[in-house]
Amino acid sequence: MIPAPFEYRRAGSVDEAVRLLAEHGDDARLLAGGHSLLPALRLRQAAPAVLVDVGRLSELAYVRDLGDHLAVGALTRHCDLERSAAVAADAPLVAHAAGLVGDPQVRNRGTLGGSLAHADPAADLAVAVLALGATLVARGPAGEREIAAADFFVDRHRSALAGDEMLTEVRLPKAAGVPWSYQRVSRRAQDWATVAVAAVGAAGGSAPVVVALAGMGPVPLRASAVEQALAAGEPVSGAAAGADHGTAPPSDVLAGAGYRRHLARVLVRRALESLAEPPNLGSTAT
Amino acid sequence: MTLLGRRVLRTEDQRFLTGRASYVDDVRAPELEGAAHVAFVRSPVASGRILDIDAGAARSMPGVVAVLTAAEVDLPPEPPVDERVHQGMARPYLAGRLVRFVGEPVAVVVAGDRATAADAAAGVAVAYEPLPAVVDVEQAAGDGVLVHAGAGTNTAARFEAGGGDGEVGGDAEELFAGCEVVVRRRLVNQRVAACPLEPRSVAAGWGDDGRLHVWSSTQTPQASRAVIETALGLPAGTVHLVAPDVGGGFGPKIGLHREDVLVCWLARTLRRPVRWTEGRTENMAAMGHGRAQVQTVTIGGRRDGTILAYRLDVLQDAGAYPRDGAILPELTGAMAAGVYDIPRVHFRARSVVTNTMSTTSYRGAGRPEATAALERAVDLFAAGAGLDPAEVRRRNLVPAGAFPHTTAVGTTYDTGDYAGALDRVLDAAGYGELRAEQARRRQAGDVVALGLGVSCYVEVTAGLRAGQETATVIVRPDGGVVVLTGTSPHGQGHATAWATIAAERLGIGPERVEVVSGDTDRVPVGGGTSGSRSLQLGGTAVHEACGRLVDAARARAGELLGAPADQVVLDGAAGRFSVGGAGGDGPTWADVAGAAGPDGLQAEAVFRAPTPTYPFGAHLAVVEVDTETGQVTLRRMVTVDDAGRVLNPLLAEGQRHGGIAQGVGQALWEEMAYDGDGVPLTADLASYAMPTAGDLPAFELVAMETPTPVNPLGAKGIGESGAIGSTPAVQNAVVDALAHLGVDHVDLPCTPERVWRAIVTARDAV
Ligand SMILES: Cc1cc2nc3c(=O)[nH]c(=O)nc-3n(C[C@H](O)[C@H](O)[C@H](O)COP(=O)(O)OP(=O)(O)OC[C@H]3O[C@@H](n4cnc5c(N)ncnc54)[C@H](O)[C@@H]3O)c2cc1C
Repeated sequence: MIPAPFEYRRAGSVDEAVRLLAEHGDDARLLAGGHSLLPALRLRQAAPAVLVDVGRLSELAYVRDLGDHLAVGALTRHCDLERSAAVAADAPLVAHAAGLVGDPQVRNRGTLGGSLAHADPAADLAVAVLALGATLVARGPAGEREIAAADFFVDRHRSALAGDEMLTEVRLPKAAGVPWSYQRVSRRAQDWATVAVAAVGAAGGSAPVVVALAGMGPVPLRASAVEQALAAGEPVSGAAAGADHGTAPPSDVLAGAGYRRHLARVLVRRALESLAEPPNLGSTAT
Repeated sequence: MTLLGRRVLRTEDQRFLTGRASYVDDVRAPELEGAAHVAFVRSPVASGRILDIDAGAARSMPGVVAVLTAAEVDLPPEPPVDERVHQGMARPYLAGRLVRFVGEPVAVVVAGDRATAADAAAGVAVAYEPLPAVVDVEQAAGDGVLVHAGAGTNTAARFEAGGGDGEVGGDAEELFAGCEVVVRRRLVNQRVAACPLEPRSVAAGWGDDGRLHVWSSTQTPQASRAVIETALGLPAGTVHLVAPDVGGGFGPKIGLHREDVLVCWLARTLRRPVRWTEGRTENMAAMGHGRAQVQTVTIGGRRDGTILAYRLDVLQDAGAYPRDGAILPELTGAMAAGVYDIPRVHFRARSVVTNTMSTTSYRGAGRPEATAALERAVDLFAAGAGLDPAEVRRRNLVPAGAFPHTTAVGTTYDTGDYAGALDRVLDAAGYGELRAEQARRRQAGDVVALGLGVSCYVEVTAGLRAGQETATVIVRPDGGVVVLTGTSPHGQGHATAWATIAAERLGIGPERVEVVSGDTDRVPVGGGTSGSRSLQLGGTAVHEACGRLVDAARARAGELLGAPADQVVLDGAAGRFSVGGAGGDGPTWADVAGAAGPDGLQAEAVFRAPTPTYPFGAHLAVVEVDTETGQVTLRRMVTVDDAGRVLNPLLAEGQRHGGIAQGVGQALWEEMAYDGDGVPLTADLASYAMPTAGDLPAFELVAMETPTPVNPLGAKGIGESGAIGSTPAVQNAVVDALAHLGVDHVDLPCTPERVWRAIVTARDAV
């Protein structure tokens, strides 16, 4: 319950954070909201030599309307996503998912960038940005680069960020009026999802339906078998039956792999049915 | 106006809620000046031989005072909990040659500050040769792998009660003779963690007075002091122990832990004050767990719903070293017959050691296990007979006119009105309408099924044998009151309750009453707080001491008034004494106390209860079960928890709320799980699923008071009732929701996955 010793540095700017990361290499970790990193430190599952605190970089806490997309700063807290009028209008799935993370204390501290960089396969915001086809912006010593959400999650708790890169912004394509559904099963209200499904689009609509899964493998996944079946005109029930195709769900204290596969099929079916229900205001399983 | 029965607000809360409570870790005292901090090196293997302990690196870290292993600790091992337990299973303070559970301390590190102690503990390298571990209690019962090779068996203790026709040992055929319906089931009452907000914490230092001063987060200060004196071979009176504010106990803080004693030993050996506050993971792995029984119930009776015979066989997981958990089956046995008038009941239990943490008392301690088994059995029987479970209960309840009632296992209940409790709950819930709604949903093929679960319970409080408690009440010359009590609260609100009792009896405002507990200098004799004993024993002692104080005061006042004591009357409202109740400006409490001398007037009482008391009640749970995902949502919880006469409904309801939440937690989420190698899987609050407010509905508490003649307050215990009634009510509700799908049982906790599997298994069986 007491972390291993570390050096604490507070970065005054994104550039300084990146410089500190470059200076200390793999020994350094960014500290944002601390709601994933601090528990790991206390359990001594992580023991970085240097903590670079970016938690006070208010320059990275914003939601901006940039025409075809919303630009969201990496330090935007879950509670701000939950309450932002712009997010509610143009990326309601993200607002909804943010509202389901943990409990109010967690949402008051945790950040979008921290949640994504933590790369937990069950993270609500990760599966939401994956389903929306978001673009992530990283800053490193060599400057900025864009990473597609689909390429960002590499393995359990490993993202595509290099050791000296910081996630600075998430670009959410505007999706006002596009049907969406978020289905989630968790043990308790406060718990991480055992399995969650984010679905966006309308069958027969102009853009194909996208279905993403949380808790079904080492990273948040697209349910490609479902997407293809839908594109090929299969009915919802048939398409949903393939929800667990190509997944590798874990067996852990929360649930066994077999149950997770079953959940994926049920929740995908419910999500697709919900997309088809007009008018769609989004829905969720408790 | 009387304060009794009124919702008097808790006087403690302002302090607690504004961060001004003082827990052990907050204590700053001269005896603790410059205290060193302790950290334990704990075994990561469940069973193994210690090959080598390399503490060199740790010892040389700056700030490290000492690193000690078993060889350096000259304390004899802790004997098993009592003489009924196998004596060859003693627990050493530090493991020397063998480790027997994950979390067993193998070395202790002392350092100048807590962080250094933690770092040094992480730096102690221990080499283990893993040995076969036995984690599952049913496997352990077979003695294939022995936890204590020297004992020659894994069986730590056996208990038996009742039997055919009251004879112990009646065989199955005899017991169930004449039964038209007989149902038999294996039930798991899983292992749970108590999770007090304040983990274990102890601080110890020698004072200039030549005594060892100890601050401990304990439920039993006086007993804990004695344990330290005995373990350290100190003369009685050498240890002064204080339980300051205690942040929750729930049972495992009864008595002291090996670590606590070792900290005191270190204070002596190192000749410097020492303190230890454990972390959450340490607490969850190594404080002690509750429940952990595998039960086999057999229940039989007539098709009309009359229960004729019941047998409960218990396999109690004792953990590696038998503690209270090993003897709790005695309580399970005592309460095996529950609220029913069952002619033949037979109880047998075996406590068996495994390579896991010891089990110990946990809210209800043996009685919730009895209720869970019986209430599940009654539902199984009702299903077998094709009858409504509430109706079967009503048919078999001990009638209200039959008290005192002695059950087939020989336990004598004081008072009760079990049918009254059941009826009130069914009425308040609208049982008939709920059943109709359930039928409608089934008819419509609704994916979300409705389930109703009933549980009736009776439990035993203030110990299985008659208990006693002491109180001293002093009125100071300034008119203020000091109540010294042998009980020791950890959240219950005794300061409010005892002040109310004293104020009521003395006619002095409760704001003028100071309640003192938990300090063995000020209260040398006391039983602490456990087993829902405090109000009925400690509160009664306060009540009686106040009565004596009034008598003594009347004598004093008589001297002042020049009248014989028996003519002096205390006017409670005015707080004045007069002759024959004449009123006027007779002497006040302050006058009388001042006349008695500078220390005021004092009276003591020891209240000895002739018997324990038997609170009872009925719970009804309404759940919704998503039959596709298995997810259970608790919609309503309607309960009667009759604890005799209620002193303060606010405090009583607080106890019910917390108990119900914990009981629901056991029903739906909580499980202290180990993997096959004996590694705990849920030793933190992310993996161990305690319920929060977000998971629970507002509880519907129905009032009912059936006083007991056992004490003058008419009070029974209320601390554990909620946890006893709620678990089987919720479990029965989950099963009830799925009855139309062919499901007749789901083991605890009823997680979504277990529920889903039960549905699938029932479907595949068709
Ligand atoms: C009780 C509890 C319940 C929770 N429940 C849920 C839940 O239901 N669903 C859910 O999705 N999450 C849940 N979480 C996790 C929560 O969302 C965390 O806040 C989030 O995962 C991490 O965000 P943070 O800002 O706190 O990051 P931190 O903990 O500060 O950092 C997490 C990781 O990301 C890195 N990092 C942080 N910011 C950046 C950045 N800008 N660029 C690069 N790397 C960065 C850090 O170095 C670290 O490795 C829960 C957490 C708790 C404590």
